Amino acid sequence: MTTTTELMSTAEILGGLVSAMSTGRIRVIDLTQTLTPDFPQIALPPEMGQCWPFRIEEVSKYDERGPGWYWNNFSCGEHTGTHFDAPIHWISGRDLPNNSVDTIPVQHFVAPACVIDCSPQVKDDPDYLLTIEDIEQYESIHGRIPKGAWVLMRTDWSKRQDPEAYQNFDETGQHTPGPSAEAVRFLVEHRDVLGFGSEAIGTDAGQGYHLRPPYPCHYYMHGAGRYGLQCLSNLDLLPPAGAVLICPPLKIEKGSGSPLRVLALIGAQP
Amino acid sequence: MTMPLMRPKRKNPVLRTRQMNLPPWARGRVALGITAAAAEGRFELQTCEDCGTVQYPPREACHKCLSPRLHWREQSGEGELLSSTTLYHSNDLFFRERLPWRLGLVHLDAGPTLMVHLHGEVGDAPTRVRVGARLDRAGQAVLIGFPNEGSPHMADDKMLREMTSDPKFRKVLVTDGKTEVGQAIVRALVKAGADIVWVGHAEPWKKMGGLDDITALPQVTLVPLDLTNGRSVSELAGEIGGKVDIVINNAEVHRSFGIGARRGTDVAKAEMDINYFGLLRLAQEFGPALKGRSADGVTGSTAWVNLLSIYALSNFPPHGTFSASKAAAHSLAQCLRAEMRPAGIRVINLFPGPIDDEWNQHTPPPKLGASTLANAIVKALRDGVEDVYPGDVAQEWLERWRDNPKILERELAAGGG
Amino acid sequence: MKRRQSYEGVAVAVPVTVPYVRYSTRTAHWFLGQAIEALVQASGVKKEQIDGLCVSSFSLAPDTAVGVTQHLGLSPRWLDHMPTGGASGVMCLRRAARAVQSGDADVVACVAADTNHVDSFRQTLGSFSNFARDATYPYGSGGPNSIFAFITAHYMRTFGATREDFGRIAVDQRTNALKNPHAMFKKPLTLDEYIAARPISDPIHLFDCVMPCAGAEAFLVMSEERARDLGLAHVVIRGAIERHNAYSEDPVMTRGGWRMDRDDLYAQAGVAPAAIDFVQTYDDYPVIVMMQFEDLGFCEKGEGSAFVQSHTMTNDGSFPNNTSGGQLSAGQAGAAGGFLGMTEAIRQLTDTAGPRTVPDAQLGLVAGFGMVTYDRCLCTGAVILGRPS
Repeated sequence: MTTTTELMSTAEILGGLVSAMSTGRIRVIDLTQTLTPDFPQIALPPEMGQCWPFRIEEVSKYDERGPGWYWNNFSCGEHTGTHFDAPIHWISGRDLPNNSVDTIPVQHFVAPACVIDCSPQVKDDPDYLLTIEDIEQYESIHGRIPKGAWVLMRTDWSKRQDPEAYQNFDETGQHTPGPSAEAVRFLVEHRDVLGFGSEAIGTDAGQGYHLRPPYPCHYYMHGAGRYGLQCLSNLDLLPPAGAVLICPPLKIEKGSGSPLRVLALIGAQP
Repeated sequence: MTMPLMRPKRKNPVLRTRQMNLPPWARGRVALGITAAAAEGRFELQTCEDCGTVQYPPREACHKCLSPRLHWREQSGEGELLSSTTLYHSNDLFFRERLPWRLGLVHLDAGPTLMVHLHGEVGDAPTRVRVGARLDRAGQAVLIGFPNEGSPHMADDKMLREMTSDPKFRKVLVTDGKTEVGQAIVRALVKAGADIVWVGHAEPWKKMGGLDDITALPQVTLVPLDLTNGRSVSELAGEIGGKVDIVINNAEVHRSFGIGARRGTDVAKAEMDINYFGLLRLAQEFGPALKGRSADGVTGSTAWVNLLSIYALSNFPPHGTFSASKAAAHSLAQCLRAEMRPAGIRVINLFPGPIDDEWNQHTPPPKLGASTLANAIVKALRDGVEDVYPGDVAQEWLERWRDNPKILERELAAGGG
Repeated sequence: MKRRQSYEGVAVAVPVTVPYVRYSTRTAHWFLGQAIEALVQASGVKKEQIDGLCVSSFSLAPDTAVGVTQHLGLSPRWLDHMPTGGASGVMCLRRAARAVQSGDADVVACVAADTNHVDSFRQTLGSFSNFARDATYPYGSGGPNSIFAFITAHYMRTFGATREDFGRIAVDQRTNALKNPHAMFKKPLTLDEYIAARPISDPIHLFDCVMPCAGAEAFLVMSEERARDLGLAHVVIRGAIERHNAYSEDPVMTRGGWRMDRDDLYAQAGVAPAAIDFVQTYDDYPVIVMMQFEDLGFCEKGEGSAFVQSHTMTNDGSFPNNTSGGQLSAGQAGAAGGFLGMTEAIRQLTDTAGPRTVPDAQLGLVAGFGMVTYDRCLCTGAVILGRPS
């Protein structure tokens, strides 16, 4: 079908976007958690290597260490805070071409997003798994998930401000929502999505270790050269379909991921 | 009979806080031998190797036979009180602020005559006394005449309290309450009469067990504290730093790697970030307020305790990076001791051998139990010592290290503990 | 034992006192200068003729007697630095006398001077000796008071002396001081006042302690022949002793070094203690005065109480002691306290003591004691002075 944009010049398309943003017809939504030392980081068993939490220390603040300026040094892991997972992050994606944050084709960093709302189910069950039924239910209302789109699992998990509640550990491990193995395979094999995004600390459910295969979202997504986004927020401000995600990670040589600013372009509320 | 210490009344907040004037701190090099022994809880004097004469004051040659072979030996301190006096006047600021003050002249059975501070329970001359050495507020050894039989409250003697850091009625910060050792320390402090124990914990989403039990104690307040996070330390210091009398830094990361057994520096960095930099952050944030209240009444601020390791003296290669981090912490603790000294704050370093926890699982016994270590800390505070080597392994390694550190290095490299 | 050489032919003359002040901003050099200027003016000896110098001071640092020579423009061929406090008068005299006898010097100025700043006392004590630094000062009395409290308490317990006994010494000295225009204390002292005074370090109370001040004392030593040529009234030395670190095996001081050598002292002088007409004891504390009575042979050890009860120690009494008031009433100008008894003894024996004169005094004994390092003083000395024959 010929759409209006095919009749416009690219200058008009881009100019129109800028104009629409300046009038507020197109809005920018921030889907990013603030990087602070209080934000929890993924915790593996103590025998394993650990991801660094975000830490920041003043270099100077208009003081004897530097009278006219304020700046900081910080440290964190590639997977601290709101962050991007590249295929090289998982063993299943280790040999794929263009699989690290510096080699991923940059056009993939601007892509449509489909937001599937599981927040009612998660309210009763923190271990809730997104199923194929949930995807079919979504598509029956909002249409088929397009190829090359992000699938974002809205759970309102980002509204848990208390780090203990956000991590939600007990003696049996972590209890956070994520996709079922079957749902991931479906999205990869039947919908050819760009990647999966979660509000929780991992794209996989907290109990994902016990699924088959373990951590199926990482396994299948990255194994197919797809991406992940974690610790997203404000998914409740996005329309179920039509948002455009802008999420370029830092260009780290052979990086497996990085903290980043995730933005969404959406239309104004009617 | 010593009057038992009563809980002091609340301080009037409009009054200026009394600052510390240190007692006379100058000592010649030879005299520092008494200080070195007292720092470990012993009373030692020089004894001539050739004629056996015990020397006091400390000197460079035997006053009987001129031999230079004078060696430090532990003394029983048994002696006779020849004379006592009570000072009602002093030109020295420390004593002037603490009059009246009792002094004694003791003739040791071992020979020399000693001038001593006198415990209140020692009667008038003539009477038998037992002399011991303690560190005064300047961190230098002074001799004290104790009664042979003390009453149950003898630790509350006004003079003796100036030499010690008794936790009774004091407020203590324990930096990590999530370990068994931390919880044992908290319990021991509560039992010793501490008024408040703030218990630090990091990563609250990681539940290790036991924290709920000590949280139930009425003296205990849990406080968020992550020694890797400068802001966490400064925020807690801003909140409670002005009230802390004793800091017990027991937070540590302990892994069991040398150099080759694990690639990468992240584990070693995690050990250094808490064991060394954690101490640095804590000292920068809590140090100033601690120093400012060291003469603030009978329960003013008084001590800083570091949980180090006997591995700080000589690297234990199977736990090589941990050992290095503890050695770094030890060096920094010496710096801390020097910086705390003008305020009269005692810095106590403990050098335990392997603790009976999960990271020493492969280490054969003897291993130090958590409550044994906790009791050693409380005892160190009560005795006012500086360097403690609790447990059989620590004692033995210390002896070997002092005898010849190079030989110990070889023994440890050969895998012998 | 071979008899020591006598002090025959030596004259001691020109007693000088630079008036004491409680505090001074001047240095010890000023007081030394004043003393030497007074020696020159009173003796007729030109400054250039002073070819021997013995200096005692605690507040000269970083100078010693050496720096004083250049400071005051002296060029002696005999020099001694004698920072031995209360024993320095006797010790300077002994050395100066031998220098004159041997011809190493013709006119020796013996001078003791100290200044007193508001914090002098504490500064001096802090660095007084190794043993004081290591074993006394940390015990807080900020001075020798506690040590002499121990010695006094032990003496009282051992021999039954009372505070009243010590009070008699202080009271009689004060009576003597009332006739000394230079004395710092000008009011009489009663025994009741002595007893009631506030405790310092019990049993030492306020009037057992000297008052530190600034000032100087001095005298000249030369041959008798030279003294006669100059027309100077003078005294002669009948005997002199000195001893350091005596009785170190005594756990606490109960006797002083004078005891070890007193027989030699009296043998030199050819007299018994009863022949002494007055004593100038070193009075840092009354208990030490009492020990000097015993250890210099005026009574047996332990009989000091009975002795002071049965004697009056005023200038007109049965046993004149510290006829100018001693340090307890005149003040202690640092090391000059070791010379105080000497200059007063010279005045007594040259009939220049004015209203303080002890009638018919022929022989006087001056004792020295000083340098508390740890738990006792280490230096003792004594000299018997007499009139020229």
